[in-house]
Amino acid sequence: MHEMSIALSIVEAVQAKAREEGAASISGIDLVIGKLAGIEAESLKFCFSAAAKGTLAEEALLQVDEPEGMGECGECGRMFPVSFYYAECPDCRSLRVKIVSGEEFLIQSITIEE
Amino acid sequence: MCDTCGCSADGGAVLRKPGLSDYHVHVNESSGHGDHHHQEAGHDHEHHHHHEKKSRTIALEQDVLQKNNLLAERNRGYFEARNIFALNFLSSPGSGKTSLLEKIIPALQHHIPVAVIEGDQQTTNDADRIHALGVPVIQINTGSGCHLDALMVHSAVKELELQDNSLLCIENVGNLVCPAMFDLGEALKVVIISVTEGDDKPLKYPTMFHEADICILNKIDLLPYVDFDALKCRENALRVSHTLEWFEVSAKTGEGLPVLQEWIEKKLKQR
Repeated sequence: MHEMSIALSIVEAVQAKAREEGAASISGIDLVIGKLAGIEAESLKFCFSAAAKGTLAEEALLQVDEPEGMGECGECGRMFPVSFYYAECPDCRSLRVKIVSGEEFLIQSITIEE
Repeated sequence: MCDTCGCSADGGAVLRKPGLSDYHVHVNESSGHGDHHHQEAGHDHEHHHHHEKKSRTIALEQDVLQKNNLLAERNRGYFEARNIFALNFLSSPGSGKTSLLEKIIPALQHHIPVAVIEGDQQTTNDADRIHALGVPVIQINTGSGCHLDALMVHSAVKELELQDNSLLCIENVGNLVCPAMFDLGEALKVVIISVTEGDDKPLKYPTMFHEADICILNKIDLLPYVDFDALKCRENALRVSHTLEWFEVSAKTGEGLPVLQEWIEKKLKQR
């Protein structure tokens, strides 16, 4: 449950950007949280409303895109979706699976009101 | 300030030193580092919406943990430049991180200077124990925080007089979840699990085990008394992280410690 400190750092980052742009408020924040990023989108949203109170992002709508994780088999090279770290290759049953995506955690964009 | 486990992100962490009751340094950005204007936007492009209020969307494409990651890289660069081998020790509370340090430090100290950063929510109990070994130590009290971050380590390092060509052990806050996300600038992450926990712990907390480079199974002297399958645990850990180095030790009896010490010394020589 590190979501609160994460929520605060998101508020800090978007506020800095919004100020730079001369915004009156932030109406939307688009986040990308990969399924393997180690962040619970729901609890982040819950913390966000508390973290954003009294800031430019107070009214902001949080949109979260949660891309699936992708793994690549170290034996046969097959790419397949993974939802946890101990995935098994569906073809050759190898456990040598490298996570190639799904760990991203980004502030994609913000929508500001002027 | 996290309502469940109490993460505090308002800079509430404090540094303390054993035996110096007056010593007290607050961790904050101005003490930590000079430049904190990291926000670099990607390409800004405007979308014109036909709303009454003028609103526009700005691309950021910024890593949420960017600030921590940048500072962690600064720490890492500092450690590398001075040839300081930094290990980040992670585990749930009570698995024996401090006891393990108490056992391996005296042996390693003969070959290399050692310093320790201790992380706990409150008290200098752990730092006091390490201080008794005669090595430089600083305690980070995170207050309500559930993990160490790169800024806390950055501040602690400034207060510790680290020697070149030394070993720095960072004992994180006892927690198998949150500390996994925060890079401190360490060379390797060491996760510790004890036989009084469950052998499925690597599967239950995969993020931590996935991030770790080394896994140490502690308290193996208790194996005859508990339903813990060490082989199964190792298998589970290796499923989550295929390159994990695995050690089995008892900090109490000393069993397995020479192998671990040898491995650390080998790593130190390789640098």
